[in-house]
Amino acid sequence: MNEVARPPVSAPSAPDPAGDPARESPLPATLRRNAPLVPTDSSASRALAAVIAILTFLAALCAGAAEIVATSASQWQGTVAQEVTVQVRPGPGRDIDADVARAEDLARKTAGIASARTFSKAESEHLLEPWLGSGLDLSDLPVPRLITLTLAPDPAPDLAALRTSLTEALPGVASLDDHALWLQRLSTMARTFVGIGVAIVTLVLVATGLAVVFATRGAMAGNREVVEVLHFVGADDDYIARAFQSRFFRLGLRGGAIGAGAALAAFALAGLFARLWRQGAAGEEIEALFGTFQIGWRGYLIVASIGVIASVVTGIVSRVTVRRFLG
Amino acid sequence: MQFESVGMRYGLGPEVLSDVSFTIAPRSFQFLTGPSGAGKTTLLRLILLSVRPTRGLVSVFGEEVSDISNEVLTGLRRRMGVVFQDFRLLDHLTTYENVALPLRVQGRAETSYRAEVVELLRWVGLGERMHVLPPLLSGGEKQRAAIARALIARPELLLADEPTGNVDPSLARRLLRLFMELNKLGTSVLIATHDFGLMDLVDAPRLVLGQGRLRIEA
Repeated sequence: MNEVARPPVSAPSAPDPAGDPARESPLPATLRRNAPLVPTDSSASRALAAVIAILTFLAALCAGAAEIVATSASQWQGTVAQEVTVQVRPGPGRDIDADVARAEDLARKTAGIASARTFSKAESEHLLEPWLGSGLDLSDLPVPRLITLTLAPDPAPDLAALRTSLTEALPGVASLDDHALWLQRLSTMARTFVGIGVAIVTLVLVATGLAVVFATRGAMAGNREVVEVLHFVGADDDYIARAFQSRFFRLGLRGGAIGAGAALAAFALAGLFARLWRQGAAGEEIEALFGTFQIGWRGYLIVASIGVIASVVTGIVSRVTVRRFLG
Repeated sequence: MQFESVGMRYGLGPEVLSDVSFTIAPRSFQFLTGPSGAGKTTLLRLILLSVRPTRGLVSVFGEEVSDISNEVLTGLRRRMGVVFQDFRLLDHLTTYENVALPLRVQGRAETSYRAEVVELLRWVGLGERMHVLPPLLSGGEKQRAAIARALIARPELLLADEPTGNVDPSLARRLLRLFMELNKLGTSVLIATHDFGLMDLVDAPRLVLGQGRLRIEA
């Protein structure tokens, strides 16, 4: 038998730096040393990243839309809650102008009322034009008169006392509308929209999780030999699960970033178009409905969070799936 | 490593191993031989704990394996090195990464084992091929990479299934010499081979499998 040099494994101690072959002949700069243990570049991986991106995009759109509704509703509520209305109806044998003046006087004397504006007879009739048409003589109709009261933030007005004094001073003809019913309905509608948004986002994240379960099982089946070799060289189940989790987390991060990025771009574009439309004929209606169509920093944060959550869900689900598969 | 009256069958088929009893002593060197289909690969799989025996007792490093936990199983496998007949290199990892795999799965930092891996790769003649992916290696190069991977963690027991089947006689002798050096350092070695010329070079016991039964030739 030919004599050979003593094998390197015969010197199990730490390598001597002076005789370190890696120093004597440096490793190629391009040598890859820590590639992912689970192959990443496959059509299945790209398809999964695309699915995660699409689902994240849809979830982010839902969340952003819910945020717009919630913000707009909050703005409407804020505006409406700052005003109350006194309605004075014509009564038989009564001078409505005197009643209106009396009601305005009572309102102005109430603490917490910042200002009062009485709608003139002509203005009141003008308010009916959308329903009755223009050019009609409404002088014979008992058109009620309105007084809008702007509430001061401090001190808080005592609306119950104002309502009582109006009823006592002008029984049967004056009433106070604090828009409570309208505010309650608005609040209910906003909460419903936000709830629907949260439900859709949850469903989409669940769908993402299920897609990852199927993809992980497919990857495990496709990489059965990799798993077997890893076991033989001493990897435990947790190490293998971490390898798969790392792969799927990166896929989730890529898909989540693309989906959330696309959603952010969509909202930015929508905001831009909304600003352009506001300059047109229908601008006031659009602004009244959707505000400025901006999701604000909170909205952007929610959209970005959904991208991160999708990635985390992907990583955790893949790890659990691998552990169950190996178990 | 101790087998006592071990029998093994796949599903409802006939027994591929019957009443197999033997011991691999610490620091021992032996060959495993027999005709194709005699059950050599199954015996190696039993030693590697990738299958469990249908009957009989198997003890590895003093641990009876019929009911061991996954943690213990992993610990036992880390004390073994294996060279597969079909190499089982991971095609998406470079030669360097494949050889470093047993150290990497132990959680060691790459810088802590780089010198060892490079030294071993150069010793087996793959110093210029460490950045190459396995599909681009020749059969002999794959063989050497698989052997290097089995040796890198300095196992207590080395199992090699036809480790010289794809290399020229000169390199085959060189690799055998490597296995013997390892054995002198305290590693038990079991080499499964058909190569009588190779076995004749070493005065070592032979475990001969035939029709599922094992006999030991001194």
